[in-house]
Amino acid sequence: MKTPAAQFKVQATALTQDLRHRQLIQTALGKYEVVRDRTKAAFQDWPAARQAAAEIKWEAVNHLDAHLVQLVRNLEARGTKVHWASTAQQARDIILGIIREKKARSIVKSKAMTSEEIHLNEALEEAGFEVVESDLGEFIVQLRKEPPYHIVFPAMHLSRGDISELFTRELGSAPTQNPEELTMIARRVLRQKYITADVGFTGANFAIAETGMISITENEGNARLTAALPKVMITLLGIEKILPRLEDLALFLPMLATIGTGQPLTCYNSMYGGPRQPREPDGPEEFHVVLLDNRRTELLADPEQRDALHCIRCGGCLNVCPIFKNVGGHTYHTTYSGPIGSVITPHLRGLQDWKHLSFASSLCGACTETCPVKINLHHHLLHNRRNASKQKPSFFERTAFTVFSGIINRPRLYQCAKILGRFFQRFHGLVKGTRLDPAYAWTQSRELPPIAPQTFKEYWRSRNAGPGSPS
Amino acid sequence: MSEKENVLGRIREALRMKAPPPGSDHVGVGEPHHASIPPAQMRRWLPEVGSTFDHQLVAFRKSAAELKVDFHLLDSPTELAGLLLGLRDAEAWSKIGVHAGELTDFAAAKLGLPVCRTESGYEVADLENCSAGITECDALVAQTGSVLLTARSGGGRALSVLPPHHVVLAKREQLVADLPEAFALIKTKYAANYPSFISFITGPSRTGDIERILVLGAHGPKKLTICCL
Repeated sequence: MKTPAAQFKVQATALTQDLRHRQLIQTALGKYEVVRDRTKAAFQDWPAARQAAAEIKWEAVNHLDAHLVQLVRNLEARGTKVHWASTAQQARDIILGIIREKKARSIVKSKAMTSEEIHLNEALEEAGFEVVESDLGEFIVQLRKEPPYHIVFPAMHLSRGDISELFTRELGSAPTQNPEELTMIARRVLRQKYITADVGFTGANFAIAETGMISITENEGNARLTAALPKVMITLLGIEKILPRLEDLALFLPMLATIGTGQPLTCYNSMYGGPRQPREPDGPEEFHVVLLDNRRTELLADPEQRDALHCIRCGGCLNVCPIFKNVGGHTYHTTYSGPIGSVITPHLRGLQDWKHLSFASSLCGACTETCPVKINLHHHLLHNRRNASKQKPSFFERTAFTVFSGIINRPRLYQCAKILGRFFQRFHGLVKGTRLDPAYAWTQSRELPPIAPQTFKEYWRSRNAGPGSPS
Repeated sequence: MSEKENVLGRIREALRMKAPPPGSDHVGVGEPHHASIPPAQMRRWLPEVGSTFDHQLVAFRKSAAELKVDFHLLDSPTELAGLLLGLRDAEAWSKIGVHAGELTDFAAAKLGLPVCRTESGYEVADLENCSAGITECDALVAQTGSVLLTARSGGGRALSVLPPHHVVLAKREQLVADLPEAFALIKTKYAANYPSFISFITGPSRTGDIERILVLGAHGPKKLTICCL
């Protein structure tokens, strides 16, 4: 079994050279950037909105206990059943328990990254239940037996041709290159699923403590159908999704849409406050909310990186990340990819196994700049690097720095090293780009600049000695 | 110990260490405020909408056009009836989904089609067979071109999403400027007993999951028509 780091390196190398992949990602994200910038420009004061959003999330996360208690009290007051899960296993058991108790057979799901996190589909299928993803992108990757490629655009890595081929193979539909026809094929298949499903399963974008509501943002209407038709509704909610007040959504909904997809507002923003209430025509008879910790409290216990829990999963940092754009979403092998995934995965799954993601960064800071809730993402990558080497120092690195500081602190030795360096670089051509090359990691795909024939010191000295030099 | 106590215990333990204030590049910020941001303040950050009805109407029309919503400002119930009859004939409606309400009852009577009424409980298959779902709403939001509706004002959860065409009947006085005002409205109208479902509907159902190309009618309605009296 390869380590996650080794696997990452192999796949990243392959994908960065895959021109078709690059083309698909650039088309998708190129369009995104244009619309996002236009939508953002309509805000009268984006920086102030961003600061306020960061402060609201800070307040929510730094008083998480009180907000959760309030949320649960308000949910329960209107007949919602609330469950608490410390681990992924517990969450799976709770959900399976509800489904078994209801003697349900089929489950229709709307998009939920939390369910990817606990590998719910596998658990449900293993237990013999039929589970169908209803978000178009998720439906496509489910048919391909793949995890989502991107937390907002799950099938971003596929062309319409790929999808047509997939539908022909799996659903027996006629091949077509028309995105509208492809969407209609999925619509027809899924319509039946909503009507016959016993249980509807959803994720959540926000949970409002003050009013006890779960807020779900979507474009397709699949979450609305999932929450309207089946008799039982289950929502898996990460505990950090809290917002203190209902009116906070007036800020968060447009900001999420702007950075998430470039829309001024996503098509459907719905708030669910319980099962069907008296004198309401429809809705589930039972509404279950499962609160998921799954090591979020470990991240909470690190005050330096606690703001990573402010994340609203807009996917904005993925969209601007040069690493994500080059290596793609699947290469990460994590539930959450891109900069936010690189920051939080070491907390969720172990620092030493996942530190490589924090090193795979140019630290350009585009993620921090775009984040609507001001998470200090690229500094957290540095914090992870620091913590990883503090916890388990690398012998090679320590030796290298000892030697380096020994030389750099002694001018005469440094002089010698420079002369030797210039001398040996003449022979570099013999090994350049081969594994014998000491600078192989660099030279396998790049040029190593030659050491200058004259140092600045030498130049300055010669300049002062020459005629007309300032005295 | 219950799992609830375990989770809350870990949270309280973790929070004993203070986190630095958010946006640390922002000098002089102490612990963030714990009060609600007044709508007037939020309004200065979000996209601008004028304060008069005419400004708001212009903003709503602009958003509606961008969202591919059919928006009609009508002067009389007769005009509304004419518009609905036109839609009925153009799209060959055979049956409509509807809920009890002043405007919806008027529309159902004028259309003279078989109806599926949601307020008294309905069969899903019956509603699915409807050519259109006609609902009222709580507000129209000028800033975003959204329709605000709830389980109570919009005939439940499914009526506005299951049929292929959603027709909203609203009144001029229901037009509000922006999202802060819409949320304030939800609070004053429902705070004593919130409906179990509140939704901002912003355009017909859509997806961009295939090569980021916009397709309308992913799972919900392909068409959204808003009639404002």
